[in-house]
Amino acid sequence: MLHPSLGKILLSCLERDLERIQFLDGFRGAAVPVLWNFMYQSDDHLPYSLPSISVQSAIPLYISPSVPLPFPLGHGTTTLGFVFQGGVIAAADSRSSCAGLVACPESQKIIPVHSHLVSTTSGTSADCALWKRILARELRLYQLRNRRRLSTGGAAKLLSHMLHPFKGTELSMDAGTQSKGTDGKKTGSVSETGPRLYYVCSDGLRLQGELFSVGSGSPYAYSILDGNIHWGLSVDEAVSVAREAVYRATHRDAYSGNNVDLYHVTAKGWRRRKREDLKEEYYREKERERKRVEERRREIENKKQTK
Amino acid sequence: MEYLIGIQGPDFVLVAADNVAAHSIIQIKHDYDKMFKLSEKILLLCVGEAGDTVQFAEYIQKNVQLYKMRNGYELSPAAAANFTRKNLADYLRSRTPYHVNLLLAGYDATDGPGLYYMDYLSALAQAPFAAHGYGAFLTLSILDRYYRPDLTRDEAVELLKKCVEELNKRFILNLRSFTVRLIDKEGIHDLEKLPLV
Repeated sequence: MLHPSLGKILLSCLERDLERIQFLDGFRGAAVPVLWNFMYQSDDHLPYSLPSISVQSAIPLYISPSVPLPFPLGHGTTTLGFVFQGGVIAAADSRSSCAGLVACPESQKIIPVHSHLVSTTSGTSADCALWKRILARELRLYQLRNRRRLSTGGAAKLLSHMLHPFKGTELSMDAGTQSKGTDGKKTGSVSETGPRLYYVCSDGLRLQGELFSVGSGSPYAYSILDGNIHWGLSVDEAVSVAREAVYRATHRDAYSGNNVDLYHVTAKGWRRRKREDLKEEYYREKERERKRVEERRREIENKKQTK
Repeated sequence: MEYLIGIQGPDFVLVAADNVAAHSIIQIKHDYDKMFKLSEKILLLCVGEAGDTVQFAEYIQKNVQLYKMRNGYELSPAAAANFTRKNLADYLRSRTPYHVNLLLAGYDATDGPGLYYMDYLSALAQAPFAAHGYGAFLTLSILDRYYRPDLTRDEAVELLKKCVEELNKRFILNLRSFTVRLIDKEGIHDLEKLPLV
């Protein structure tokens, strides 16, 4: 997840973003370097916040301006979601980075919106958290007014329409919303049953699909998922593929890491798997490799002896 | 990156669009439909900036449908094209211009088939054939060479296949599949996706 870098903030204070700071936060004529705003969402720590102004930067890394980026690098995170016969799996890492600094190693990137809707986030943590709350509020209001829950597609559409006016203001947010629809509810001409997954981003793009991965670690995750996901997976298989995809992405991507969060959404609602430290997974894998090599060596030895 | 093409015949319009939704270097969706049905005989093909395309196209789509509800009859393709152009032009010099390139294809009972090319600066031109995207650089000359105003439906599909072959051969990106639709006096027909396996 992205937190604006201090260096970038200092630079951008001197540029056009100054108007934006004033616009966003009402600090007129603020020429002081601004402090970054970050969300500390772990249960074990006291919330730590400075009086701050948040300034979004368009590029997630601080790159010296003379070296251009090869292609637009995604937000510093790995999140993924996919649909299968047992519902929807959402998985994400938990590292919040701020240029080269790990601002928070234990952030929550998957935010439940309501009992049957879960949303992964990528981009600026403040934006994501705010817009999720706004979405949750709007969905609850809809539910109270219309006595039925808004479908996932409707929720995704609502989110994309709410974000569209902010296009070009460097609001940065990608979300995958997903839910397993409640059984057999037919309202008017829309019957929403079954698991659904949508990709929404702050450009205003909204796509329905069966597999999405968002963030700087997404290419690594896609390559693991593409070969192994199909509709008929069992829950355990799906969970292990999701875990592995996040693990591989965090291994290669510098801006993803620490822990993996996994949510499984079914018709009964979402269930959260215990957060796992990927460092342990790395050592476990090394151990497994070592054992495998040992066994191979022993087999070859035995073969030689029996010959 | 995205590709749209339209070919007008004497009594039909053939349109095709690629199916890729991409985000930086990743294809996030392989079966994305870029055509929006404005009415029974009008299709709007829309590419451009992420988000802008769907927002603008759906806005036009709903307004065209509203016109039908209010007045009892549908907008003609020419009227819909000019309406779209006006909206695009109005937003052009606002704080939030829509960066979209469009093809509007339709069949009118009185005027016959019509293909309208519109770009993000809201330039509108009716043309016998048109294409958008980098792929247009490769395929417009094929259309120039082989297009005739009296193409039959099959010939038009063959011409389209020639264009797709050229893209598969020379275009740097892998545009795996194209949705193809045909509009004539009976309405909008879905044809087989290209390239045929």
